[in-house]
Amino acid sequence: MAAKSNLTNMVLCLTAVCLVCSALLGGMYVLTEEPIAKANADILKASIGAVIPEGGELSEAAEIQVGGQPSVYYTSKAGDEVKAYAIRSTTVGFGGPLTLMVGITPDGTVYNTSVLSHAETPGLGAKCTSDEHFYSQFKGFNPAEKILSVKKDAGDIDAITASTITSRAYTLAVKNAVEAFKTIKGE
Amino acid sequence: MSKRKLDIFTKGFFKENPTFVLLLGMCPTLATTTSAINGLSMGLATLFVLVLSNIVISAIAPLVPDKVHIPVYIVVIATFVTILQFAMQAYTPDMYKTLGLFIPLIVVNCIVLGRAEAFACKNGIVDSALDGLGIGFGFTMSLTVLGMVREILGTGSIFGWKFISGDGILVFVMAPGAFLALGYLMVLFNKIAKKS
Repeated sequence: MAAKSNLTNMVLCLTAVCLVCSALLGGMYVLTEEPIAKANADILKASIGAVIPEGGELSEAAEIQVGGQPSVYYTSKAGDEVKAYAIRSTTVGFGGPLTLMVGITPDGTVYNTSVLSHAETPGLGAKCTSDEHFYSQFKGFNPAEKILSVKKDAGDIDAITASTITSRAYTLAVKNAVEAFKTIKGE
Repeated sequence: MSKRKLDIFTKGFFKENPTFVLLLGMCPTLATTTSAINGLSMGLATLFVLVLSNIVISAIAPLVPDKVHIPVYIVVIATFVTILQFAMQAYTPDMYKTLGLFIPLIVVNCIVLGRAEAFACKNGIVDSALDGLGIGFGFTMSLTVLGMVREILGTGSIFGWKFISGDGILVFVMAPGAFLALGYLMVLFNKIAKKS
């Protein structure tokens, strides 16, 4: 059974255990640093790729205010011509922050949207990632012709059944991105 | 394998099932079992930590002074959990996205510390590893079953494969449904356990 405690062996034991554990963790960190960075970059790249037209060189992240909050956007360029912007936009959903990547072409049309992270209720609000009828409404959405808000708020977006708050948050995120796009264009 | 060793391994499945009999680790049980695959992965993550921490703790237990044994165990467990977290982040980023929040909580999962306290520190390495495996698989099994029940009732699908079109009984996917499903499964489990 366990040894009798005294100050010396307690200090020694804790120090030794912590040293070994920190060394292990340090090693593991070094080992996984690259794959983790790569995995995160892949996720980001895939989400941008999904919301903008193909072709074009992707720029580094640039900072911008979206809906009053600091966020980032990426520019896709073919030569000097801008093909599209991918804007990250965060709003508050039902269960927490809802972050979207919104792709907008230079004529102001929403090319596509994708959810980066969310904390919505499974089976209800979480459908914003799987309900094709809902998210495909934003595909090719032209804010000049239609109103970017849910039908309950006199807009043109069909909300997800029983998930109006999530639908509103999603729509607002797209709207904020469109506003941010105007700022980018205005510069 | 001797009878005793087999007993140590199998008791986690039924007699001392951590979820349905000992009622340990309720937080991850209720929170992560929204679908069968989530329950399964959370169970396997816990199994990994449980086996390794049991092995290490049974090996170092005789050297650890009595008064600091809990801090030492926690450090050991936290180390394995963090290693697991790095590995998941690097190689299974999708899984990490769903379970990420609950992985650090394995550190304070009472099953892991409970086995260290109640079993690993008094038994040999092989027995402790078997105990970790048994309890871990018992936990994985319970979480998978609970996840399956909630997924079937809540969304009409199983392991992500939808067999009923339309919605299920949504409450089962949400927090109240977790308690309901767990309660009924516990009744069922204890009924069967009593008979045998």
